Amino acid sequence: MKRLILRTILLALTPMLRNAAKKPALAREMARFNCVVQVKLMDQSIARHYVFQGGRVSGRTGLHSAPDVVIAFKDIETALALLNPDPDMAEVVHCAKNFKVVMTGRSELQVWFSQLVNKINNARLQMGVPQPDGTVRLTTVTNGGPLFVYVRNGKIVRVTPIDFDKSDPPSWTIKARGKSFTPLRRGTVAPHAMAIKSVVYSDKRILHPMKRVDFDPDGARNPQSRGISGYERISWDEALDIVAKEIVRQKRVHGPGSIFIPMSSHHQWGNVGYYLSALMRFGNLIGFTRMAANPDSWEGWYWGAQHHYGNSMRVGISGNYGTVEDCLKETDLIVFWSSDPESTNGAYMGFEGTQRRLWAKQLGIEFVHIDPHFNATAQLLGGKWFPIRPTTDPALALAIMYVWVMEGTYDKDYVARNTTGFDEWRDYLLGTSDGAPKTPEWQEDETGLPAKDVRALARKWASRKTYLSPGTGGSGFGGACRGATGAQWARSMILMMAMQGWGKPGVNMGNLQAGTPVDLAFYFPGYADGGISGDLQWTANAVNNYQRMPHVLTMNPVRQMIPRQQFPDAILNGQASGYLWDGSASEVQFAPFTYPMPGYSPIHMIYRYGGSFFSTLTDSSRMIEAYRHESIEFIVNQSIFLEGEVQFADVILPACTSLERYDIGEWGSGGGYLPHGFNALNHRVIALQHKCVEPLGESKSDYQIFTEILNRLGLGAMFTEGCTELDWCKRVFKSSDVAKHISWKQFCKKGYFVVPAERDEMREAVNMRWFAEGRPKDVPEAMPLPSQYAKEFGKGLSTPSGKIEFLPEILKRADPNNAERPVLNKYIAAWEGPRNVELAKKFPLQMIATHSRYSFHTSADGKNSFINDLAEHRTMVDGHYYWIVRLSAEDARSRGVDRGDLVKVFNERGAVICAADVSPMVARGVVKSYESSAEYQPRVIDGETVDIGGCMNLLTSSRSQMKGTSSMSPNSCLVEIKKWAGRAA
Amino acid sequence: MSEHWRLIIDVALCENCGNCQLAAKDEYVGNDFPGYSAPHPLRGAETFRIERFVRGEGSQIDVAYVPRMCNHCADAPCIKAAPDVIRRREDGIVLIDPKRAHGRSDLVAACPYGAIGWNAELQLPQNWIFDAHLIDLGWKQPRCEQVCPTGAIASAKLDDEGFARVKREQGLEDWSPGLNTRPNVVYKNLHRAKSRAIFGSIVKEDQGVQDCAAGARVRLLRDGAALREQVSDDFGDFKFDGLEPGGGPYQMTVEHESGRAKVEIGELAASVALGIIQLR
Repeated sequence: MKRLILRTILLALTPMLRNAAKKPALAREMARFNCVVQVKLMDQSIARHYVFQGGRVSGRTGLHSAPDVVIAFKDIETALALLNPDPDMAEVVHCAKNFKVVMTGRSELQVWFSQLVNKINNARLQMGVPQPDGTVRLTTVTNGGPLFVYVRNGKIVRVTPIDFDKSDPPSWTIKARGKSFTPLRRGTVAPHAMAIKSVVYSDKRILHPMKRVDFDPDGARNPQSRGISGYERISWDEALDIVAKEIVRQKRVHGPGSIFIPMSSHHQWGNVGYYLSALMRFGNLIGFTRMAANPDSWEGWYWGAQHHYGNSMRVGISGNYGTVEDCLKETDLIVFWSSDPESTNGAYMGFEGTQRRLWAKQLGIEFVHIDPHFNATAQLLGGKWFPIRPTTDPALALAIMYVWVMEGTYDKDYVARNTTGFDEWRDYLLGTSDGAPKTPEWQEDETGLPAKDVRALARKWASRKTYLSPGTGGSGFGGACRGATGAQWARSMILMMAMQGWGKPGVNMGNLQAGTPVDLAFYFPGYADGGISGDLQWTANAVNNYQRMPHVLTMNPVRQMIPRQQFPDAILNGQASGYLWDGSASEVQFAPFTYPMPGYSPIHMIYRYGGSFFSTLTDSSRMIEAYRHESIEFIVNQSIFLEGEVQFADVILPACTSLERYDIGEWGSGGGYLPHGFNALNHRVIALQHKCVEPLGESKSDYQIFTEILNRLGLGAMFTEGCTELDWCKRVFKSSDVAKHISWKQFCKKGYFVVPAERDEMREAVNMRWFAEGRPKDVPEAMPLPSQYAKEFGKGLSTPSGKIEFLPEILKRADPNNAERPVLNKYIAAWEGPRNVELAKKFPLQMIATHSRYSFHTSADGKNSFINDLAEHRTMVDGHYYWIVRLSAEDARSRGVDRGDLVKVFNERGAVICAADVSPMVARGVVKSYESSAEYQPRVIDGETVDIGGCMNLLTSSRSQMKGTSSMSPNSCLVEIKKWAGRAA
Repeated sequence: MSEHWRLIIDVALCENCGNCQLAAKDEYVGNDFPGYSAPHPLRGAETFRIERFVRGEGSQIDVAYVPRMCNHCADAPCIKAAPDVIRRREDGIVLIDPKRAHGRSDLVAACPYGAIGWNAELQLPQNWIFDAHLIDLGWKQPRCEQVCPTGAIASAKLDDEGFARVKREQGLEDWSPGLNTRPNVVYKNLHRAKSRAIFGSIVKEDQGVQDCAAGARVRLLRDGAALREQVSDDFGDFKFDGLEPGGGPYQMTVEHESGRAKVEIGELAASVALGIIQLR
């Protein structure tokens, strides 16, 4: 019987293919190759082959003498399982991994045939909803929120936020102080999402593969002229041949490790095309030296704060469960400390937190803002502004804690029950141990803040139920943790919470940016959950995704790594060392790693993928020399836009945006990087990221580019598992709980799914309440690892004592004598700052270049984006869009600078020409700018090299915050500003 | 009476996110809506912009943002300047005919609000058309309202009487009342941008230690008559808002259990940050 079924299926394949070929797109696809595909059982007892010729297909029973592709099944059961139109993918993958099905032949043909069969199934799906004006409403997800994308005649007409309709589930309601709050029935989006159409159609799009004119892969490669010589257009075949040949050559000549893949984060959204997905799968299949990222937005929390209280798996920042409701019901005061969620949107969350903060304002909750900049959050909400000098935040924290001790206004009972080491800490505050009481007057010289204000703040804080919000997310992310004193500051934040009864009603960390009552258990994988990577080591794949979406695992055989901030040094000096970002336990960060690693080749080829990251690397001009170094034999850059460091590549491969290919994703969901991160949203939104338009020019999706390179290495089928990107989307969909609520067909049409809110009676407990009340942990946080509990599982924190430790035992054990990260968190003035007197004489202004407000990383900036026209993003002068620096009226006046003037911002590391914004919104002595400009545009003007692109990290130090860490410190940077009289672009 | 589209913008809720400006660019740049609007250029004809107003100094400042666009005036000066080119629809939306307006760069100056941009490429004056083409398709609101995260922008279709009532009840103001164009874009909390404010911080001293004087009674007077009264907050701070530009001179008295103070303030050309006021 089974044999008969198999024979019938094989017979039916021919008419199915012929029928499909009636659709022009499929006919074209079928006509791409003339070949013979043999399908058979390995014992040859059943066999049929298919002859494709000129777009026609014919099937014949039996063996062909010289088939191009052979698909052989071990037995009849395997064949039937795999030929099922809706197969059990666990079985398929199992059969493939264990050689129960073997596909042989030219890789390109294997991939073509497998995808062809899938494309026939997909052709039946209706994508999007037709509109009265002739457009079709499709969906996408971006770094700034989900969007409807209206398309007509192959062109994007408009994008809008998604308004939920009646068929979407009801929203939650929070009742607080006699009022009811229900969020808008809409996904609010960030400006960079609203600008996406201009980004897709940017004039900086790379439309053809290109090769540097004086690069000859078989002759002179001229690395010294990278960034100088121009490019010529080449064909995809030539480009891919060069890259594939070079991969082979590198492996043969230098051996494993010589290929380096420095990726960038967040240039596009989606679970399939993301770097932790398709790129990782590609990289693992060829073997590569990994770039070890530093915890760039978490530095002080990871290297400092976590040692006091654990939370290594959250990169040292606090959780936030239940805090929206707790804050609205109980709190009197929110202290925003280096925290500007209105600018940075909690990373990907659009303006979801904004509405909740406006509720807080309605309820009369008061606000305080400690920031060198009167930032967007302070502007919207109002409240007392503390214009603090950058990097001096720990001094302010000490003075506040001093007042609490002197006035007896800290939570003595909590400290006695839930902490260790307080006496030593108190002695330091009071100056008993070092002769310097940390009084409000003591901090004046450091911070520039009047002692009276500090005393008033300390008293207000202690007498009110207070939420402390350090960083944009409300408990971390960006700001002061990215300066020389970042760890001191983050450590202080934890100690302040310990002194005020962290976890008691109304006393917590947060700013209403996260902790909404959405359903946390509804499963959909986040972007760091591995996607299609098959990688179990460097993504969170093993936690859920690998079980839920069986796929063939991949492994990178190369253990060698280069710390990201030392990428240039590794090339220029031939060596580098760093410390790992690994959250599995607090101890992991103490073991250094070195490059090169014994047994591996130093790097000789760079495969750059993703967005430009030139401007996010400190002291970035180091990279220019590195890119031109003779040891780097080949640089390929797979990029959407011609910007940043793309101009240093030998071969440029044009990738398309996520609106030109299929992907799937959940808004704001980082998975392993950001557990339950979607609880910063009012509604969880999961969307198919439709292929809205065809790739522009000759550009291709990253997935397609990887496939075609790997086809040349015989690995195409291994990479694709026979799937198109849409097939992978379907596999992700089916792995998730969405498939329990909506069919794949409906999902493709409607495009999005809103997860029903958690039932009122099922709302989760409040972060740290269990700890404050001495109960076992009761929030749904699968961390720390079971082994990390001090005593009994689920009781206490993951510190050795299980308590908050004023003097961390982990530092006592692992790093007891580090003068830059002392066990007792004493104040050490920034190594680059006002206390560095000699340097400050030459460069008297402190620059902070924070995460940008309107763009995200380098996406949506530059490249002719609509964002450029926002008055506070860039300023047009003489036809060029300049990056903006903000300075105080006093500093501007003394330099003869007016708003809108061009200025040179400089120090010994470099010079950037910017447009000046002059206002009282910046503390005196401070220059406020943003990092992450997409542009790097060096010009030699009057004999001096200046950047007119806005790459502020040309000016920042590459030094780590502290010895024994790999921590960037861009917010401790001294500069001078002069009015710029030179000619512009 | 016919109902006209109106836009009500709450200045206190605008945080300058730029979404409204971007939505206007997204909608009109490169898109042709025959009968409504020709494609807007990528840049140079900004029909939507946000203006910034900063008041105060030192640690006591506030900032307001005002989205500005075509006011769809009932007595539109642009229509008076070119009645054959610009028309006002039944629903109050003002449209510039993209065919007839060709070459009429003079119309840019016809708008006293600066809300008509010049499309150099097509040689056309262009305005923000209230998304009339979408309203006609059944959209319930213009895109600037939909993308606004704080609800600072709200549209309403009201007859003149209803509009007058809403204006009165909510204290809505025209951007520039002196122009008498009967604009249909009106603002709430416009004082945040247009009025003057006096900021100050009261300090007490006890045995050489300075502290913020909370709970002080601060009176603002003119010609000896008390105009307003405030109580300083926990940081000793106070702010008198909504004062007329050029108003004054004012006097201020401060009373607190630990002392008193008196301050003379001249005419308010700009807002004033008095800084620290020491009680004696």
